[in-house]
Order: sequence, then C-alpha cells, then structure tokens
Amino acid sequence: MKKLKLVMAGNGMAGMRTLEELLKLAPNLYDITVFGAEPHGNYNRILLSPVLAGEMTIKDIMLNDVDWYAQNGITLHMNKRVTQIDRMRRKVIAADGTEADYDRLLLATGSNPVMLPVPGSDLPGVIAYRDIKDTDEMIEAASHYRHAVVIGGGLLGLEAANGLKLRGMDVTVVHLMPWLMERQLDRTAAGLLQQSLEAKGLKFALEKQTAELIAGESGRVSAIKFKDGETLPADLVVMAVGIRPDTGLAEAAGLHCERGVVVNDTMQTYDPRIYAVGECVSHRGIAYGLVAPLFEQAKVCANHLAQFGISRYTGSVTSTKLKVTGIDLFSAGDFTGSEGTEEIVLSDPSGGVYKKLVLKDDKIVGGVLYGDTADGSWYFQLLRDGQNIRELRNHLMFGQNHLGNAGYQGRSNAADLPDDFEVCGCNGVCKGSIVKAIKEKGLFTLNDVRKHTKASASCGSCTGLVEQILASTVGGAYQPADVSRKALCGCTDYTHEEIRKAIVERKLKSIPEAMGFFEWRNVNGCTSCRPALNYYLLCAWPHDYRDDPQSRFINERAHANIQKDGTYSVMPRIYGGMTTPAQLKRIAEVAEKYAVPAVKVTGGQRIDLLGVKKENLPKVWADLGMPSGFAYGKSIRTVKTCVGSEWCRFGVQDSTNLGIVLEQALDRMWAPHKVKLAVSGCPRNCAEATIKDVGIVGVDSGWEIYVAGNGGIKAEVSQFLAKVKSAEEVMEYAGAFIQLYREEARYLDRTVHWVQRVGMDYVKKRIVADAAGRQALYQRLKDALRDEKDPWEEIVCATWQRSVAAREFVPISFQSQQLHSGEDHERMDNGMPA
Amino acid sequence: MSEWTMVCPLEEIPRLGSRVVQTGDGDVAVFRNGADEVFALRDQCPHKGGPLSQGIVFDRRVACPLHGTTVHLDSGEAAAPDKGCTHKYRVRVDKGDVYLWNL
Repeated sequence: MKKLKLVMAGNGMAGMRTLEELLKLAPNLYDITVFGAEPHGNYNRILLSPVLAGEMTIKDIMLNDVDWYAQNGITLHMNKRVTQIDRMRRKVIAADGTEADYDRLLLATGSNPVMLPVPGSDLPGVIAYRDIKDTDEMIEAASHYRHAVVIGGGLLGLEAANGLKLRGMDVTVVHLMPWLMERQLDRTAAGLLQQSLEAKGLKFALEKQTAELIAGESGRVSAIKFKDGETLPADLVVMAVGIRPDTGLAEAAGLHCERGVVVNDTMQTYDPRIYAVGECVSHRGIAYGLVAPLFEQAKVCANHLAQFGISRYTGSVTSTKLKVTGIDLFSAGDFTGSEGTEEIVLSDPSGGVYKKLVLKDDKIVGGVLYGDTADGSWYFQLLRDGQNIRELRNHLMFGQNHLGNAGYQGRSNAADLPDDFEVCGCNGVCKGSIVKAIKEKGLFTLNDVRKHTKASASCGSCTGLVEQILASTVGGAYQPADVSRKALCGCTDYTHEEIRKAIVERKLKSIPEAMGFFEWRNVNGCTSCRPALNYYLLCAWPHDYRDDPQSRFINERAHANIQKDGTYSVMPRIYGGMTTPAQLKRIAEVAEKYAVPAVKVTGGQRIDLLGVKKENLPKVWADLGMPSGFAYGKSIRTVKTCVGSEWCRFGVQDSTNLGIVLEQALDRMWAPHKVKLAVSGCPRNCAEATIKDVGIVGVDSGWEIYVAGNGGIKAEVSQFLAKVKSAEEVMEYAGAFIQLYREEARYLDRTVHWVQRVGMDYVKKRIVADAAGRQALYQRLKDALRDEKDPWEEIVCATWQRSVAAREFVPISFQSQQLHSGEDHERMDNGMPA
Repeated sequence: MSEWTMVCPLEEIPRLGSRVVQTGDGDVAVFRNGADEVFALRDQCPHKGGPLSQGIVFDRRVACPLHGTTVHLDSGEAAAPDKGCTHKYRVRVDKGDVYLWNL
C-alpha cells in the first residue's frame, strides 16, 4: 500500500512528541517530512535555563538529534521556515522555495516572544528568551558586558535572570506588577521568593513600566528608562514579558484562528486534513504554554493520525515548578481563592516554608508551596481527581509522607539529597544515576524512569522521592500520571472500572473474549493485564469462569512462593494461629523427610518450610495433609489472633475463636491483592489489628471493626468502620467490606489504596448505613466461596495427576544418561505421589 | 553429538506455558506460545538467574518471575531498556513432537 504523506511545520517538543507517539502506534503509515526554522534537531526548550546557568550543555538537552530523524526515515528540513500552505494543491512551501505535498499536515509552529513596542526595542543587545540562539547570545553577552536587565518577573524572566547572575552579570529584574510571578504565586510566596533571589544577588525593580531603551555610543543598548523618569544601566536587555501563539502561517492559509490556531478535541483545525498541536494552538479558548498539556495534546493527535480515533483532549489543569537551583516552588490551580473558597495556610517564614491550599466544597482547587514542595504532586493529584479531602483535612498540610515510608531513612526532600544518596533501597539506585538517566535518555514520566533505572520499580516506597527528582530535573515538563483515569495497562486505553463493568454487563467469560471485546493492542496481553483480567473474571463469574493458570504469576500457579534460588516455600494453613502437637509433629516429620533446609515461624502465626524443590511440592503437600495457607497469592492470607479471654487475664472477648471462624469463612478467597486480618481480645491489641486490612478489637461491650490498615511499605493505621455486639455481626460487616473491595478495587490495590481513592464515607455508606446492601454483599461473598476447593488437595488427588496441568510440576530429565528419543519421556509420569 | 532429541509431545507443554528439560548442562526451558510456536532457552534470566520457565508467556516473550525482566523467546535477548542475553537452543516440532538440537 502506498504510504500517506505527513508533513509537519515546526520542529519543537510538542510536534516531535506527536511524531514519536505516532511512530509507536503506526510506524509504517506515513512518509514523514519535518520543516524546522532552527538549525538543530529537536531539543528540550525547558532546559535552556540550566544551559544558561552553566549546569547543562546544548548536547545534554537534545531530545532527537539529526541521526534520529534519519534512523526513523523522516525527512528533516532544518533552517527552513514554512511560509505558505497551498490547501488546494495540498502542499507547503518554505521560505527558500522547498515544497512538500501532504495528505495530512501537522502545524506545530509554537509561539513567538512578545517584544514590548517601546523605542529602542530593536537595538543590538535587546533580545527575547526563546531558543538556542537567544541563549547563546546571553552567554556571549555575559562574557563581555556587566549590566543586564530582564523585563518580566514571570517564570521565564526569573530563570533568565538567575542564569545571567550565575554567569557573573549584575542583573535587575523589571516587573510591571507589585509582586513576582503573579500568575503563579500569591503575595506572600512571591515575597519569600524575592527574598531568596535577592540573597543570591539579584535586584528587583517592581511596579516599573518601561518607557524606552537608550542606545550608547557603540549603537548597542546602554540604558533602560522608566515612565517615572528613572534610568538603569543596561548592556543587555532580555524581554520575557510573554509569548504569543505563532498563527501567521495558519492565518495566511485561511484557517480559523483566535488567540491561537483553533482546534477541536481531536486536535483538528477547521481544515480536517490539518492538525495542530503545541503552543500555537487554541483549544476551548485556552492556549497552553507549559509542556505537560502539550504532551497530552500530542498523544491525542497521534492517536487520530494513526487512525485509531478513540481519544479526546479535553483540556488540562496545569501546575508550575520553578527551575531555579536551590529554590523549591510549586503552584497549581486557583491559588488566590475567590467567593466561596477557604484557605489552609502553614507559614514558617524563618524556616523558609510557606504552604497554602485553597479549598472549595471539601475539594482542593489550588495551592502554592514554597520551600517544601515534596507534596506538590500529591496535592496536584488530589486537585485533578477532585477528591473529597474532608477526612484528610486534619493532616492535609503535613503532606502525604508524615507517616514514614520504609527504606529511605525518612528523607523526603529530593533537592537536598547528594548524588550518592540511595533513593531506591530495593534496587540500589542513587540519586545521581536517576538524574543522569533522566537527562541522557530524555525521560519525562515515572514509568520511563522505572524502566531505565529500576528506581521505585520494586516495592514503590520511594516513588514520591523519584517523582520529586524527576520534577526537579525536567521542571515544568513533569506531570504526575492521572490516576483517576488509569488504563488497565499498555495493551488498552480502557480503565479497570470500564473493563470490570463490561465483563459483567456483556457477560464476557474468558480472557480472549474480554481482550477481543476491548480490541486489545497486544496479542496475549502482558504480565500486567492477564493476571488482572483473570481475577476480574473470577470475581464476576465465580462458578462459571475457568481459571487460567497461565495468566497467573508462578506463585499462584504452583501454589507456593518462589524463592531467589528457584525453590519454593510451603506454608500450610493454621487457622487463627492455633496448632496442635500432632500437627507440629507432622510438619516436623515432613521437614526431615524432604530435608527442608529452613523452617521459620512467620509473622502471620504459621510455619514456613523454605527451600522445597518444585517437583517435590505435591509430595510435601500429600504428606502434610493440611490445607494450603495461600501465603503466595493475591488472596486471603491469615487471621492473626491474641490468646483472648480464654486464657489472658486482661482479655474481654474470645479473639482466638473469632479469628479461627473468620479464617475458615474466608478460606480460599482470591482478591485484588493480599488480605490480612487480625483479632485482638482487648484494647491492648496484641494482635496488631490496627495495621491490617480488617482488624477487630474486642471491648467489653462487643467488637470494634477497623479497616484499610497496612503494615508494609508504608505504615497505615486502619480506620474505624463500626462497632458491633456479636461475632455474627463481625462476620457480616467484615465479609461485606471484603466483598466490596473484591468487586470494586483495581487489581493490585491493597484495601488502603482503594479506600484512599473512594473515601471512607463511601465505604461507611455501603457497609454501615445500608443494611440490606451489606447483607447482599456478604451473601455474594459466601456464594462465591461455596465451591472453591483447596488447591493442594486438588493437585494431590489422583485424577488431577493424570492431567496435562500436572506436568507443571514434573521436569523432563536427560540428566544422568545418554539421551535418546522416545522412551525417555515416559519417565515424566514417575516421581508423583500416589 | 549432533542430533535432534525428542523431548515430549507438543500437547504436554501448556499453551502460553513451558516445560523444564533437565540436562547434564543445566536446565533448558521449552516454551509454547499462543500461536503454538516453540522456543528453547537456558532456564536462567540474564538479570539475576531466575527460572524463566516459570514466567508468564505472552506473544514471543516471557517475563522472569523474580524481577519481571522481559526476555525475547526467539533471541534470548532481554527487551529494552534491559540488557543481557540467555543462551538459545534450536528446537523444532515434527508430527506433534518437540525436538531439541544437541542437548
């Protein structure tokens, strides 16, 4: 098939991101031609400030060098600005006469800096701050001249001023408004910012309007004069007063433009063959200047260029982070507040910390952070998700990390960390290697960083730190992932919730059916979606769905926990942690018979046999004659108990017995993630029930039920759900809560993650307030578990042993003898217990 | 010894699964993917030596059960950005039986 022709006018970040996304989706659909006005490949414009400050070089900030275009078969015309679009003949013409035909045209012309229309604005030494050329000119000026004036106290102006100061110039920032960065900061935060920039040696002239720029003897600019008559010496004037979408080309071609080229939600202009992305665009009346929304546009545009047609851009909420080394500043949304909003402020001027959150109807609508921006992405996430923060209100200002995560010494401020600080304790990744990877590989997302460095890719406890490092390295380009609409995995754009709903409503009853219905991108899916789909199907159709072992992680397939050397651990169920001498003898005999190298008493009050070879597992299970403890699965784990009123002189309730009954009722239950319970017989809480998914604490008058605790990576104290009188009620409430979690959480959510997302109010509404709903949930749980079989018993039984699935446990051996075909494989059937 | 050795009938390897073949030279993982293609690799992940045979198979790849490194079944190479390679064995299916070369 003949390829379509795609031409792109503009060679900047938004346009190139579109092409990269397009090449991922449809690598062979188009012959691509790119016109760029600058004599470079595509570079990271956001990082011009570190280049100016002498912290990075141009080479460091190249995203796509010239070779990249060649490798991807893209024709690149550098130094050629497109000056005309002939929409009738469908071709573009560049300033030097170069022409290119198109089937689809992508406008990514970006924006132009605004130059103040004052006398002298065309003098030598008066420049904007936009591209490599401007940056080079500033660096050049810094080595010859002394006085620099930056007009504009916004983000860009301050970055330019900081860079010039670091290059040794005497710098004054001129600003029309009474405080700096008035579009991102309130007066207090701006004051703190000004103080710390002054401490770095910058000078400020606020509320000053420029009247003219005055030439010196050489003809170069030498001074700036204000409306009030005052003058300042100026050998270099940088105008950073704003940008204006570059719509010249589009307007000349007759495309509808307002502040920018007007596009719809699929990034098409009024000519449907012509798309536009980036700073040149006006979408629903907004022209974006920060890179994160532009990347969202790029993704949508690529989806449509690739002819997938299933994605819409609906606008972005933006956040800002200032890239001036040593200053942490974050702002998002409506940070000034208005009618109907309220503010929470934490102010510690001498400690250099100021935080303000603006709330409306129990939701965050904006905020400013100064000095401590560690929680910026968390607040921003809450803002974007529109999450109700009523329950968080008490500790909202102290951030997400006020309860310690394990594994990085409690440090939470990425900017202060030295390069050799170990950020990821699981994979031994230091800050320096993360920063290096981000710069060298041009990474923008947390997932990219995980893939390339492995940082935060295992337990995830350092995710917040890694996000901060990413944010401080790439600045405004970083946007936390939007978890409110989280695609199941890279194989699909549909969310967990959409997929679960369709499984039920459309009666999808197998993995291939579900993948087919949602037009999965990858054949057989991936290691993220297959286990998730398997669980969702199992949960929706407990009796009809045929479990797919090949879509389960090895632990759940082998019903044992794989260890680092490839052996397994065996942990039989010991209900409520209560065992007998006979049981202990049997476990001891099995351990001796199979020379089990390690026997451990676990934190969940059971006994673990470590180092069992896979082929011995069925024999070990047969000899134990005990049920599987499910210690390996996304499933019910244990119910930990204290000795309770039967023995303990303080005990007020029979916690042991309730624990046993609960563990029996929940036995063999699969779940989105592991589920741990505990029952304590009095408020001394020896069973540590308040850090469990469901924790029960006995009091004299009954039982208190707590939910959504966690004792792992991040310690989370559970929240009070209800107080009930009888053990039967405990069963009903606990069972209903767990069933709600099973039906509504995303795969791999622990209860705490799910409850944080849906809110405790919601959980109480479903479990406490709605008695009929609670009973129905509990019934569904009991029904789902009614015919679940013990997996060990099943595997040990004789009929199963003759099935193909049994081969899982039997290696084919050619170890000890000359191999010859035929008879050898007979040996496979040996070695299984009778 | 240069010859094809029959290891087992294809149907005894689960689809999207594998079997372990123990040899004097270490374990070999024989995989069968969703399209009934068969591949054989040394049963050792290039990352930390995990048993690839126990991983989840999808398309022409397998994910190591220990730390999730993805390995291409047809080349033994780790998928980018990971690096490393595990030994690949020649394998074929003839009349429903799986053969390995030079075990």
